[in-house]
Order: sequence, then C-alpha cells, then structure tokens
Amino acid sequence: MSAVLTKDIVKTFADVNAVDGISLAVPDGEFMVLLGPSGCGKTTFLRIICGLERQTTGDILIGGTVVNDIPPRARGVAMMFQSYGLYPHYKIRDNIAFPLRTQRVARAEIENKVEWASNLLGIGHLLDRRPRQLSGGERQRVALARALVREPTVLLLDEPLSNLDAKLRASARNEIKQFQQRVGTTTIYVTHDQVEAMGMGDRIAVIDHGRVRQVGTPTAIYDDPADRFVATFVGTPPMNLVAWNGGHLGFRPENFLPRELIDDSAVTEFSFRVDRSEYLGSERIVYGVLEGLESVQEITAKLPPAHVDQESIRPGEWHAFAVRNSALCYFDKDGKRAIRH
Amino acid sequence: MVAIADKAAKPGSRLQFILDSPAVLGTIFVSPAVLYVLVLVGAPFLLAMYYSVSAYTIYSQSYRFVGLRNFIDVVQDPVFRQTLLNTFIFTFGSQIVGLILGKFGALLLLRPFPGRKVVRALIMLPWAVPVALATVAWEWMFDSLYSVINWTLIALGIITRSDAPNWLGNPHLAMLCVIMVNAWRFFPFAIVIFLAGITSVPQDVIDAATVDGAGFWRRNYQIIVPMIAPIVVVGLIFGIVFTFTDLSIVYLLTNGGPVGATSVLGFEGFQVGIVSGDVAHGAAISLFMLPVLFVLVLVMLRSIRRQEI
Amino acid sequence: MPRPLAAAIREVSFYSAVLFFVVIAAFPFYWMVITAFKTNSDLYTLTNIPFWFNEAPTLAHIKYLFTQTLFARWLLNSLIIGVCVVAITLVTALPAGYSLARMTGRSGETLGIGIFMTYLVPPTLLFLPLSRVISMLGLQDSMWSLVLVYPTFTIPFCTWLLMGFFKAVPREIEEAAVVDGCSILGAFIKMVLPVSVPAILTVVIFTFTLTLQEFVYALTFISSSAQKTITLGVATDLVRGDIYFWGELMAGALIAAIPVAIAYNLFLDRFIAGITGGAVK
Repeated sequence: MSAVLTKDIVKTFADVNAVDGISLAVPDGEFMVLLGPSGCGKTTFLRIICGLERQTTGDILIGGTVVNDIPPRARGVAMMFQSYGLYPHYKIRDNIAFPLRTQRVARAEIENKVEWASNLLGIGHLLDRRPRQLSGGERQRVALARALVREPTVLLLDEPLSNLDAKLRASARNEIKQFQQRVGTTTIYVTHDQVEAMGMGDRIAVIDHGRVRQVGTPTAIYDDPADRFVATFVGTPPMNLVAWNGGHLGFRPENFLPRELIDDSAVTEFSFRVDRSEYLGSERIVYGVLEGLESVQEITAKLPPAHVDQESIRPGEWHAFAVRNSALCYFDKDGKRAIRH
Repeated sequence: MVAIADKAAKPGSRLQFILDSPAVLGTIFVSPAVLYVLVLVGAPFLLAMYYSVSAYTIYSQSYRFVGLRNFIDVVQDPVFRQTLLNTFIFTFGSQIVGLILGKFGALLLLRPFPGRKVVRALIMLPWAVPVALATVAWEWMFDSLYSVINWTLIALGIITRSDAPNWLGNPHLAMLCVIMVNAWRFFPFAIVIFLAGITSVPQDVIDAATVDGAGFWRRNYQIIVPMIAPIVVVGLIFGIVFTFTDLSIVYLLTNGGPVGATSVLGFEGFQVGIVSGDVAHGAAISLFMLPVLFVLVLVMLRSIRRQEI
Repeated sequence: MPRPLAAAIREVSFYSAVLFFVVIAAFPFYWMVITAFKTNSDLYTLTNIPFWFNEAPTLAHIKYLFTQTLFARWLLNSLIIGVCVVAITLVTALPAGYSLARMTGRSGETLGIGIFMTYLVPPTLLFLPLSRVISMLGLQDSMWSLVLVYPTFTIPFCTWLLMGFFKAVPREIEEAAVVDGCSILGAFIKMVLPVSVPAILTVVIFTFTLTLQEFVYALTFISSSAQKTITLGVATDLVRGDIYFWGELMAGALIAAIPVAIAYNLFLDRFIAGITGGAVK
C-alpha cells in the first residue's frame, strides 16, 4: 500500500499553476526525494501533502484515506521546516513533547518518548535549553526529534540542510539517511541539491514547472534520463547535448574520452577541439567544441588525470574523442527520450 | 502509525474542522474589530451626514429633510467663513513650522553624541504629554499679567512693562499663539518620522552615491528625500488630519477668541452642535472637513502603496 | 581659518542647536514643575525672578489637589477607563491584527488599510452623532460612555500596529504547531501570543496613553465633575470663574503627564517600528 498517494494535484496561484498535475505514489517506508530548481513547485506540493496549502484540484490519500478536507493536525504527518520552526519560548524538552501533548498522550508516556527520541539523536544533554542557545546542527536534530517523536505516517522535510554550512551538511545528510533506514518512516524530502537527492533518495522525483519529469532510482535518473531537462539538471557538469537528426544527442562528460582510452569498437567518434581545461585533483574537466556539430552548451569532458597527462590535451588542438554507443542518449525534437538505439 | 490518520478521518463531518479553515477563522477573528468600527464609526458617520440635511436640534428632535438648507445657512454666515480661513491658516502655519523644526531636529539627533538618549526623551515631551495639559501650561506662560515670556522680554530690555503684548487678547497674536503651540506639539512627531525615514535608507545606497561623486546636497535631495518621501508623507498626513480637525488647543487657549479670531472648524462644530444644541448646523459645519480629509486619505493610500514596492 | 578653530565653532554651534531644541521642547514642563512647588506669593510677585524659587518650595498645591478637589477621583476614573479600554482593545485587535497579517490574503491587506483609515475619521466629525447614541443608551454624562467610545480609535490603531508586529513573527513556528497537532486557534494562543509579548505590551501602553491623552470626547460627553477623566478634570475643572489656581493646575498637569511621558519614551522605538512596519511587508 502507498503511504502517500496523490492524484493529479493542481495548485493555482493567481492564474499560474504552481503545481500542474502531480500524481505520485510513495510506498510505505520509502525515502522519496523531490528534486527540482527553485520555484518549480516542489515545496508547494509538499505543503499540500502536509495540509498547509489546499490543492485547487486533485486528491491526496495518506495511509489509504482521502485527506483533502482534513487539516494538518489530523493528517498524522510530521514536517521539518527549512529553518526548523522550533518554538522559541519552549525548552527543547517541551519542543519535542509538544506533538504528543496535542494528541493528549499520557504524561509518563510523553516522558518515555521524549527520552527515546532525544537519545536516538544524541541531544539528551540539551533538553533544558532553549532553541536560541543551540547551534544550527543541534537545532536540526531537535527538529528531527520533534518530527519523529509521535511516529508519523509520513515525515516531510523541506530543504532541511540549507541552513547548515557545507561541512555539517555532509554529516547531517548521512545522519538523516541512516536514521530513516533505522526507523523506517516513509519520508518525502524536498531539495534543489542533486547531491542530497542522489545520496539519500530510494527514489527521486524530478520536478520542473509544477510537473514530474521523471520518477526513478538515482541510477535510473542519472543513467537513463527521461528527457532533456532531467539529463541536464542532474549531473555536474551536465550532460553534453549536440544537435542530431532534428533532435539532440546526449552523453555524460565522464563517458566522453580520448579514443585511445576506450577499449571497444561500438563507439561514436568526434573531433574535439580543446579550449581550456581545469585540474580539480581527482579529475580534469576539459572544455571545447566538436567539429561540425552544434551544441547547446560548451562541450565538457571529465577525464581521469591518472590516465591523461597535461601534455596530451593541449588547448587549441583537435583530438580524436569518442563515446561508447551504449552511453549515448537520443532526445527527439520535443526533448523526450527516444528509445535507445 | 496509520491509526492517527484513520481515527481523524472517520467522523467525515466537515463541521468538525470548520475552524481549521484559515478563511473561516480569519473572518471570525477580524469581525469583532470590524463590527465595532462599523457600529461606532461607520454608522455615526452616516448619521452625521444625515443630521446635516435635517432640522435636528436637541430641543426639537426632528429628522425632517431640509436639503442643503443648513449648508447654505452656514456658508452665508461670515463667522463661519472666518472659521474656515482660520482653519487653513492654523493647519498650514503649524505644519510648516513643525516640519522645519522636525527636519532640523532630526539632523541633530542623527549624530551620536553623549546624552543623546536624554536629549531625545526631552524633545519627545511635547508630543508625549496629553495636549490638553500642555496647553494649560502654555496658557499660564501666555498669562496677561504673569507671562514668563513677557517677563523675560522686559528683563532683556526688549519691551517695557507698559507695552507688553497681551498674547491671547490680541487677534493676530492669539492666532500666532495657537499656531506655535500646535507646531510645538507636532514637531517631535515630525522628528520621529524623519528619523525613521532616514534610518530606513540603507547605508550602502548612501555610500554608493558618495562613491559616485554625489555631494552632501545632491545626496540629500536626490537620494535620501525621494527614498524617505513615502514615510514622511504618511507622517505629514497624520499631522495635517489631527491639526485640521482638532479643537482642544483652541478651546483651552483662546476659546475661539478674541471675537472669533482663532475659531476653527472643530471648535465651531462643537460650539454650534454641542454647546448650542443645534445638531443639524453643527454637523454641516463639521462636514466641511470631509473634502480635505478625503484628498488627504487618497494621497496617503497612494503613498502606502508606493511603500510596498 | 585654522582647522581646530573651525572644528570648535562647529561643535559649539551644534551643541547650541541641541540646547535650543531642548529648551523649546522642555521649558513648558520645567515651568510646570517650578509652578507646582512655588508658594502663591512667590508666583504672583512680578518683581521676583520667575525661573527659580524665591521662597522655599511648598507641597501645598499638591495637598490641596488631593484634599480640596476631585483630583484623586479623576485619577481613579482615568485608571478604570484605561483598563477597560485596554481590555476591549486587546480582545478585538489581537485576533484582527493576526487575521489581517496572516489569514485573509490580499484582501486582508486592503481591509487592514481600511480599518486603519478609520483612525483618521476625526472625533470632531463623530461627536455629534455619538453624543446622540450615548444619550439613547442612557450613558450621557457617565465615564462609561468613554469606555464605549475610546475603542473606536484604539482598535484601528492597535490592529494596525499588531498587524505589523505579527508579520514579523516567523510563519514556520505556527505552521510547525499546526502540523504538530494544534488547531490554528491553538497555534495563535500557544505560539503567536507568547512570542509577541513585547508587542502586546507596547499596544497596552499605547492604548492606555491614548485614553489619557484624549480630550475631545471627554469634553463632549462628560459634564459633571465626578465623572471626569484626569485630563479633562485638570484642564476644565480647576478654574474658578476667571481666576486660575496656577499652582494646583500645574501640579495636577504634572502628576498626570509624568507617567505618560515616561511610557512614551520607553516604547517609542517599538511604536515607530509598528507604524512603519504595518505598511512594509
């Protein structure tokens, strides 16, 4: 059974469809990531699931029940906000206990659960402080504890890592993922950061202009993009696209290699003129153009420095490059993915 | 886990969640305030309009419609025409003096100096203290015999005891006095408004203008003044509305005198409508405030809109 | 001109300007203070220098106020009126300000400006019909008429102030509460009100001072001495014929003015943030 099921959700703000017909099924226990650029409607969609916004049309089912007319408090969902929304006038203990108090849970049980949640997240020593005395990382844990303490049907997270600095973000990412696996709560996670999406999601729904462009595992999204938007939105640098038979041919920079490095005969060869290159330690990014082919952006190649030394790729020279045929993606003139080969 | 959602969903009654609708609860929340204002501002306002076209007095409570009769009576009365002129002189005189004092006071208070907080608190006094009480103090300072102002002027040798002015007894001086007292009451508010405006201009805008080669005056009049204009306009309109419709300073300081020289619309409406009980004519006099108020409110609305951008 | 001299002149003129403003603003209050504590013979002797005490200061005027006039009664009246008006204002303006800040969308903005505009409808336009309404309710010449009428300007004003303050409360707190199982009403009471205590305090103080400053309605509706407010009583009731009891008058004005002046100055910054913040999102 799906923990969350949405059917053709549309949300209109002043004649603009912020959410333009999203149908999505999230099975029990899944970690689903909604990935998209800012303003794509992913946060609005999350707020609709939560009940903070009312969809214009469409149905939402949580745990098999239609919840269209049910306010957030009765939906059995928990949400973690971008800046956490901790209650500034409550101690941490009362912050975590609050969702239980509103459910009129018995006092002794509240104490047990608060202890359980705070131990789980390692914030037991913070219980008597107030939110403003905590660091960003600690606040995030408190918010997570508060969201999980009443064991929600679904846990909703709205860009929870965007207020942390880069170092903390990596560890927090890992923590949330591990934690979700341990507790097994169905989770919907909104982000614009593809690294978070790829690293955490069981599946990813890529959203653009209020529509789902593709739903799939991180591998499927990356290796097998459904259309040009997904292909170029996921991956750094993005997939190369060249004009081809009225549509576009796409290949990932790491699959675009000097001919001699590919030990295969089923390849497509290109003549590549290098303009400049960047050495990033673990990889070398090379920028340039292809002979006789128009491309949407500068063509990039991601080369393993161990195998390609600086001298062999000189700017201004033409080189023989190639892509394995199995790594080529063809998109028709509407940007849709054509069947491979 | 799922049980929570099930339990809540079962009753199926929409009424159970009626207060969870922001639109419904929002309407309930706002309605007591709106009702209070409608019943005790909106309805009396309409009633005032109706009084002005009726023959209502407190002695003969008749709602008979008399058309524009009351307005014609009022306009033909030279006392009223004097009152109308006085009101404009009083309003604009005191606003201009108040604004000039306010602008300079704001410039002074902008600069940090030791004791600035105390100075600001002292300068705020005229606006903070109930105007009726401050006016009584001024009345004492303008006293025909014991005026401290006259005492000072005599002591400085500027005038002699025999030609000391009777501030509130001379028609021109009396008008000057009510204007000065009102400007005195208003200028701290003008300071506050200017300060709020100036401090709302981001320092980097001013820095950018300086780097771009704008001098003090250009910075002041091409950058700062246009940016603070919306806030200042709102403050100025407050000042004008409250001055234009006030009666307390005139009532306490001169009682409209001598011989109507300082009578203003609010005061005249009070004299005719309340003291003499001629509600109909009193209402007609008061309603002469409306066109001015209406224009001011329009300007204010435009200004608030601009502020939002 | 040598530089240090120019700087010195600039400093001197700056502080002279500051002094000028302070004297202009505060002299009437100095005058109140000195009059309130002077003996009558000191006050009314023209040869005395009026700026300081020529005879020993006296408490006679204040004593007279409390024993021979209704001053204490007026203080009490003003206190009762103030407390009642504050209560009415909070009960109506708190939910209204919140609703306009959060719940009614774009039309809420318009309605908010509309309510605020009624603050500009002057008492001198409304006192005629309101005096009829009050006599119909049988409240003529009673301080309770002021309890009824004062909210007509405190509600619009405070709704506007609170709307500005509530807009500054982070929305996520309420949304978190709503998701955590609160109704919107519950989130308002448990989350919004507690974090808005400074704003509420500001509104309480300003409502109270507005009732103390009000003069026109009090003058219109109240004529018997025992029902007067402190402001009205001092300004109109201490006059006997054409003779003023300046010592008593100034003492009374001083006692009524001091708390208002202090409250204003303490809350001025929040107050300014409120009027300017209501319009800016």
